[in-house]
Amino acid sequence: MTDTALALERLRGGAPPRNHDARTIAALTANPGCARRGVMDAAGVDKDAVARALGFPAQFGQSQFAITRGNAFEAKVKADGCAELLTLLRDRLGLTVPEVSYADLEVVGGNEGRELRYTRTRRLLARALESGEGTLFDHPLLRLDIAGQPAYLEPDVIAFQLGGRFHVIEIKSFAVIDGQAEPDQVAAAARQSAVYVLALRRLVTELGAPADRVSHEVFLVCPENFSNRPTASLLDVRPQLAVLERQLARLTRVDRILETLPDDLTFAPGEALADAVRAVEARYAPECMSTCEMAFFCRDEARACGSTGALGRSVRDDLGGVESIGTALALADGTMEPTPDLAETAAQLRLAARLRREALDGAA
Amino acid sequence: MSALTSLAQLQAVATGRAQPIATVRHCHLAEAPLVMVPLKLAGEAAAPLAMMLGTRPSDPTLLVVPQPRNRDLRFAFAADLAKVVLDHIEASRGSVEQLPPGRDGEERTRYSDAPQLLVPNRGGVAFLRLLGRSTRFRRTEGPYAVDAAVPALGRWLTWFGERHDHPGSSLLLAMTEVLRLHWATGQSAVEDGNLAALLGWIDPPEGMDGPAAAARAEDPVVCPPAGPATDPTFDNEVLAPAMAAYQQNAPQAEEKIRAALESQLAPTWELMWRGVRLLRALPEGASVPARWERDRDAFTHFHQTFGEGYPQARRDPPVRAARRLHELERAQESYEAQRAFDDPLVMAEHRLAGEAFGGVVTECDPTRLDETGKRPRLRPRLWVRTEDPVRLEPGTTVCSADRPALKGRVVKLAEGAVLLELTGGMGRRLTPEPGTVPQVGDRVCFTSRVADSWGVARFPDREETPWTHGGPTEDYVPTDEDAAEEWS
Ligand code: SF4
Repeated sequence: MTDTALALERLRGGAPPRNHDARTIAALTANPGCARRGVMDAAGVDKDAVARALGFPAQFGQSQFAITRGNAFEAKVKADGCAELLTLLRDRLGLTVPEVSYADLEVVGGNEGRELRYTRTRRLLARALESGEGTLFDHPLLRLDIAGQPAYLEPDVIAFQLGGRFHVIEIKSFAVIDGQAEPDQVAAAARQSAVYVLALRRLVTELGAPADRVSHEVFLVCPENFSNRPTASLLDVRPQLAVLERQLARLTRVDRILETLPDDLTFAPGEALADAVRAVEARYAPECMSTCEMAFFCRDEARACGSTGALGRSVRDDLGGVESIGTALALADGTMEPTPDLAETAAQLRLAARLRREALDGAA
Repeated sequence: MSALTSLAQLQAVATGRAQPIATVRHCHLAEAPLVMVPLKLAGEAAAPLAMMLGTRPSDPTLLVVPQPRNRDLRFAFAADLAKVVLDHIEASRGSVEQLPPGRDGEERTRYSDAPQLLVPNRGGVAFLRLLGRSTRFRRTEGPYAVDAAVPALGRWLTWFGERHDHPGSSLLLAMTEVLRLHWATGQSAVEDGNLAALLGWIDPPEGMDGPAAAARAEDPVVCPPAGPATDPTFDNEVLAPAMAAYQQNAPQAEEKIRAALESQLAPTWELMWRGVRLLRALPEGASVPARWERDRDAFTHFHQTFGEGYPQARRDPPVRAARRLHELERAQESYEAQRAFDDPLVMAEHRLAGEAFGGVVTECDPTRLDETGKRPRLRPRLWVRTEDPVRLEPGTTVCSADRPALKGRVVKLAEGAVLLELTGGMGRRLTPEPGTVPQVGDRVCFTSRVADSWGVARFPDREETPWTHGGPTEDYVPTDEDAAEEWS
């Protein structure tokens, strides 16, 4: 084991690394500037458990109605060897899809290890690459190295080979109404699909084929309008791929962050947990609330130390990057002399304070 | 956002209370607005689950769909909702005002009032839009017949949704958005999206400060979400078992579902009316009635042509989309300018940006004449001392913030002072009407942003849509397929 791997294991407190899925991997790209998250993710620390232990549980609960609806939609699309899906690709997108075979790589029963399943996916994909024949592979098991650790991905997607190229088909249950879906949800789907595309590309290159045998265009299958009928659209995930690759490369440089941390730091449960977490610098922003399990803890911390970032990135920008609310207010009321680099910000704040005062006094 | 709002947020943190970012109310508030708090079924695009609505705090109507996956129950809900909304529309018309005839001599009228809908948040607006979209194409006869009120509701909701996009319109308002226009809190926009947390900062309950009230608001057990999404734990632990019981025809199953949903809606209902009270306490901005008049015009037109119209198309044809975009941009410009004239705190934003300046008159020559032309013209000059960071070129046209009719132009800028020449708004003679020209010692504010500075857009009529934009479009006539569209 390398030093880094050892250090990361110590950080986990001996617990096995947490499994990543596309959602958690995609979330890695959300706040790349945060060292705390970088370290925890690289070590595979169960952030959800840590947040709960600290008394700040994340609120990422899902309603069973949403789960049921999602499952029902997926089952419908995949029924009879993906009959409906194929019709959709042929009719809606005008693809000449020849006869295809359908292979579900999910294990029914059996207690097959992940390595074994991964090997099977690999073997089948290798054969498909050679023959170039149209095949739908459901539930492929993929692998992606996260900070030197292999993370297995069990995507709820189908890898589909058409004309010698693989496409990722992702089935989502949010509706596309009159050709439009909620931008947030499409963006999230694109980020996740990019993870699958990347993992599939890694696999394909390992098998000696060029990476572009996996297309950057993803088929997104969603319910149409208010019905249960599927509709398909093409999603270009190149931008998301670029961000993801950059962020994964960053994670492998986690050793640089580790160097700055105490040698005995660990996120194992216990009295010292909160201090251990605090020892790694965070960069809280309100966006964390929707992407990171640690958000409630970090928000509390950011608020307690009067960080302007807790109010939002735009506020921090308006304040010329001043990090502390106390400092900003002191600059605004003139009780603090600005350092030369803050002179402009301070002048702006004093002006804003005067204008607010004038307007409010005038109104009173 | 600006440094001004950001500063207000910092002050909110320091004081534990939201801080005003407006000194007047910038929206119309009806005597009896229709408050609507919708809930939808998780995982569905627009499956209504329940709605609490009404025009009086003491008298809410609760509509519930005990099994949202049942199409008949959904349409029964839509029909009930339609009755309340359509009644509200008819009840809010007021009387008919006769207007001077239009340019081509046609008769013009305007209703003296218009309906107003209030929902808790943007999600509520989006939900009403989708509800409109899913009901407006329905047919009232034939195989998938629905109650006649259902497609009418769909068209009205679609119309309200379109008006919501119009800057300065008050026909359909989201409470969180309106409150955020008037107060800045010590939390981020993400948390402000939670109506209970936002109101916690603005008007915390007795014995609590903003942060405490907001923290309490984040507990879904104490403060159920303001919709349209429900709390997942409520779904899993309360609603799902209650619906299962309903499915099995258990006794009083429907009452139990109603009670459960009421418990989720009632707190938000209270919050909505608290928001209404807070807004009502603010004095109305001077230009609010004029904007409401535009709303009434739009309402009058839609109401009077409703009978001959068709449901709005699924997507705007190109020329209409372009015209609409232009209109929205124009409305945004003039809305922002009007708000600044109404409210010194908004004008402060323009001063901060150097587009306006305020100060004291230090020298004034009120009867100065410009005699370089054929006839002499009244051109008083004044020096205004200001500490504002004026960023106006000499020659820029400005007008007075207190009296926009008073116009002038910037002659030159000096250190901490501006020399202005007044050009209009002082009467027709060669001496100014008394009281029109500011005197030495007066506080003045001049701005380069003038209301309605945009020209009228020229767009081809619909019949002349260029072929590059798909050629002329027909009115959208809904098809059988539209009417039969699934709503599952
Ligand atoms: S919540 Fe905390 S750990 Fe997670 S990304 Fe934000 S600041 Fe970093």
